[in-house]
Amino acid sequence: MSSLSATIQNVFNEPGCGKNANKSEAERKKGCTKQLQPGGAAGGCAFDGAKVALQPLTDVAHLVHGPIACEGNSWDNRGAASSGSQIWRTGFTTDINETDVVFGGEKRLYKAIKEIIEKYDPPAVFVYQTCVPAMTGDDINAVCKAASAKFGKPCIPVNSPGFVGPKNLGNKLAGEALLDHVIGTVEPEVTTPYDLNIIGEYNLSGELWQVKPLFDELGIRISACISGDGRYKDVASSHRARAAMMVCSKAMINVARKMEERYGIPFFEGSFYGIQDSSDSLREIARLLVERGAPADLLDRTEAVIAREEAKAWAAIEPFKKRLTGKKVLLITGGVKSWSVVAALQEAGMELVGTSVKKSTKEDKERIKELMGQDAHMIDDMAPREMYKMLKDAKADIMLSGGKSQFVALKAAMPWLDINQERSHAFMGYIGMVKLVAEIDKAIYNPMWEQLRKRAPWESASNNWQAKAIAQADAEAAALAADPVAAEAARRAKKICHCKSVDLGTIEDAIKAHGLSDVAGVRTHTNASGGCGACAGRVEDILARASAPAELLQAAE
Amino acid sequence: MAKVTIGKKACAVNPLKMSQPIGGSFAFLGLRGAMPLLHGSQGCTSFGLTLFVRHFKEAVPMQTTAMSEVATVLGGYENVEQAILNIYKKQKPEIIGICSTGVTETKGDDVDGYIKLIREKHPELANYPLVYVSTPDFKDAFQDGWDKTVAKMVEVLVDKPTSTRRDPARVNVLPGCHLTPGDIEELRTIFEDFGLEPSFLPDIGGSLDGHIPDEFTPTTIGGIGLEEIATMGSASWTIAIGAQMKRAADAMQAKTGVPYRLFERLCGLLPNDEFMAFLSEISGRPVPAKYRRQRGQLADAMLDAHFHIGGRKLAIGAEPDLLFDVASMLHDMGAEISVAITTTQSPVLERMPCEEVLIGDLEDLENLAKARDCGLMMTHSHGRQVAARLKIPFYRIGFPMFDRLGAGHLLTVGYRGTRDLVFALANLIIADREDNHQPTPDTWIDPWKDFQQVSPESAVVAPLH
Repeated sequence: MSSLSATIQNVFNEPGCGKNANKSEAERKKGCTKQLQPGGAAGGCAFDGAKVALQPLTDVAHLVHGPIACEGNSWDNRGAASSGSQIWRTGFTTDINETDVVFGGEKRLYKAIKEIIEKYDPPAVFVYQTCVPAMTGDDINAVCKAASAKFGKPCIPVNSPGFVGPKNLGNKLAGEALLDHVIGTVEPEVTTPYDLNIIGEYNLSGELWQVKPLFDELGIRISACISGDGRYKDVASSHRARAAMMVCSKAMINVARKMEERYGIPFFEGSFYGIQDSSDSLREIARLLVERGAPADLLDRTEAVIAREEAKAWAAIEPFKKRLTGKKVLLITGGVKSWSVVAALQEAGMELVGTSVKKSTKEDKERIKELMGQDAHMIDDMAPREMYKMLKDAKADIMLSGGKSQFVALKAAMPWLDINQERSHAFMGYIGMVKLVAEIDKAIYNPMWEQLRKRAPWESASNNWQAKAIAQADAEAAALAADPVAAEAARRAKKICHCKSVDLGTIEDAIKAHGLSDVAGVRTHTNASGGCGACAGRVEDILARASAPAELLQAAE
Repeated sequence: MAKVTIGKKACAVNPLKMSQPIGGSFAFLGLRGAMPLLHGSQGCTSFGLTLFVRHFKEAVPMQTTAMSEVATVLGGYENVEQAILNIYKKQKPEIIGICSTGVTETKGDDVDGYIKLIREKHPELANYPLVYVSTPDFKDAFQDGWDKTVAKMVEVLVDKPTSTRRDPARVNVLPGCHLTPGDIEELRTIFEDFGLEPSFLPDIGGSLDGHIPDEFTPTTIGGIGLEEIATMGSASWTIAIGAQMKRAADAMQAKTGVPYRLFERLCGLLPNDEFMAFLSEISGRPVPAKYRRQRGQLADAMLDAHFHIGGRKLAIGAEPDLLFDVASMLHDMGAEISVAITTTQSPVLERMPCEEVLIGDLEDLENLAKARDCGLMMTHSHGRQVAARLKIPFYRIGFPMFDRLGAGHLLTVGYRGTRDLVFALANLIIADREDNHQPTPDTWIDPWKDFQQVSPESAVVAPLH
């Protein structure tokens, strides 16, 4: 376990992550994660994070060492696409039992690896540690080492048991496993000056293939995609690439940065969501490759492709623009980066009425603000009832979000589109953006909504759940407005900083009393965000509200 | 909304249409103890019989006047007389339902006259229930044969009420031929849950639902009995389902004074809302909790399924009432009705939610579905070759459905029936995507060519706000 905790510390010490680098030594040790709230936590564990990050490697066997819960409850649930092997979708688990818990499961794990190699002969076996064997002390590193030596096949330990933290930590631990055991272990057969790594792209719904034809046209070779439609050998030899693009902001920043450190591969953070972002990313890729020795004509060729694709995309969007201009979009997203989607939707003439920043980093938030102006209504950890009220008040025409919040929208008869991992449409690159716009158009104009908004013949306007939810919310707000004591109690009850147990009332009072304008000031006076630092975003929102003029405040509410 | 076009081809290829006498005899199959008799050559009956047997996988009673060449030329009186006498003696049905065919109509046999003569000549047949319908093969289609036959049943078999007292619980239901035995059973349950006592004319739910009978009879087993039909004049309401049933409902009103309400559709959310509200009104009872719950289930099913059905281009071939009902429901969920083919004229056709309805055949369906790049096809079993050639998902609706089991139990009516249909279609689309449309590295090699063909204007419906 000591090596695991060292790895975790190492991951937290991430100079590539602005948020982490700004923290004090003591804070950094606590990690980049929100303290999980018993009874109030949602979202996956570190094992989940590691598995989703690596699972899109299509030709390796992913073996989960643990009780049936870890793999049995979650296998083959991702929409990543493979152009070749399907073995990544096969669920392998040691399914440990009581005997293994008492006497240790290492032998079972070793046998499991042997069986997989005998039956399926994959180029590598990835072995995932889970909580129970981590507790009983199964040493998967040792087992993998022994198995690798015995069977002559790389067996890669992925040390990310669920309890060490949340999903995003697991993403990073997965990256560490690649860095420690895979990347740089094989020399590529050929290299070109156009070799590019793509990091943090999972090829969901095959969306990488919406961009790849442009790379092919430009002669840019994807030496490895980590990990969408990835092959073991490609990733193992990816250290000879000339440049890298990091796609999913922050999830695998450690891989990008350490590859830069170890192998001198420069990287940039970019996105292929949205027309402008796609163009920017292509330009940046060309620039980096030319800097690293690719012929300079790549720059001009890239510009030509960008000009052509932009023109085609705009032409394809044009007919929709007429129909979508002024349509209001409520964006509640965790996975796909909010800011890139915001830009894309505005390109199609739509108006943003709010966005959530639950999983976005502070930097993402800044970008959203920049794009949307100051009246962005950010939603953080919203209760379904509140979300419904917001949908209704905002008069949004469509909500875009990840899978879990869809039911609020749908039950409120609000058009909804999935833009997270579970989605079945590919939205990347120029064509992907047009697809997204087309899907929004399709959803908004579906005649079904009109029917669903009609009441059942036996229902009166006042007794459906929507009306009840609104009435309840209004009643609560009215009660608070009429009752200063209760309002005060509510303010005091709403915890903002969980580590230091600081409530909303205390922070608001301190801001007013001392005229505070930044998080540091609030920290000095109230100790809020003096712990893990995760609540800094919420504190910023409170600061923004306190400094906003009254009418803007009303509009935002 | 839709322009109704009649195909101009001389040669129908892969026909969608079934003939009128078959539709007529189908209606007789919904009467208890009945024997349908086709007045025509032997083949007219045997083809129809084969269709029914393959569709329902049941023994189906049906007889023929077995017209020979000579009889055809000289007139079929003797054949009709012999057929009736033989059936009367041998199978002893409670009623014989006679439909004419192309052969005998071409000759111009006066079957009504024949029957009069036969009754005079054979006193034992004087009051024997014989219903004759003129259903030439060369005119109209299956659906028309059904509705003419039901109207004739009303005229002949329903008594003029002797009292003006009506039974408030009793309702007459005149179902169109697009409803399956399963649909009839579903409707029966719904009526009964409102405390109503429905009489279905005809009642194929009782006769063709595929039960194992207690005893063998050479006539229909189950179905509505003659004594029940006779007293339909004492019902408080007639409910007709499908525009085709207007003729029969009018006949019922003319003869008995029972008012009617026509429901053109029972597939989809709003049609069932209307239906429930009406039943609640005439029964004086609130909508049972069961259906309130089912409504919620349907709304939820629509939400879940619209991601898959929305934007799908549908090619559908069916008789007018089934076409109108199912296509409208799918249109309401965002599907685009790109190709609609039907068999015969109907007032509902011009209200179809699409640009054009073509009275045509499955060749038309195939060519148009191909040209318009459809991604879902619905028609009867004969569409299977088309679907295979076009490689698009295929859902079987209508008659005949001979290559799959359970045709008699497919549901389209009610909240529950719509819910199941919506799920079945969405699952079919999902399976098609999984099996045939997984993205590959080549999917977006030339993306624009595909894309700019999309004209969102064609799918325009009123915006929401």
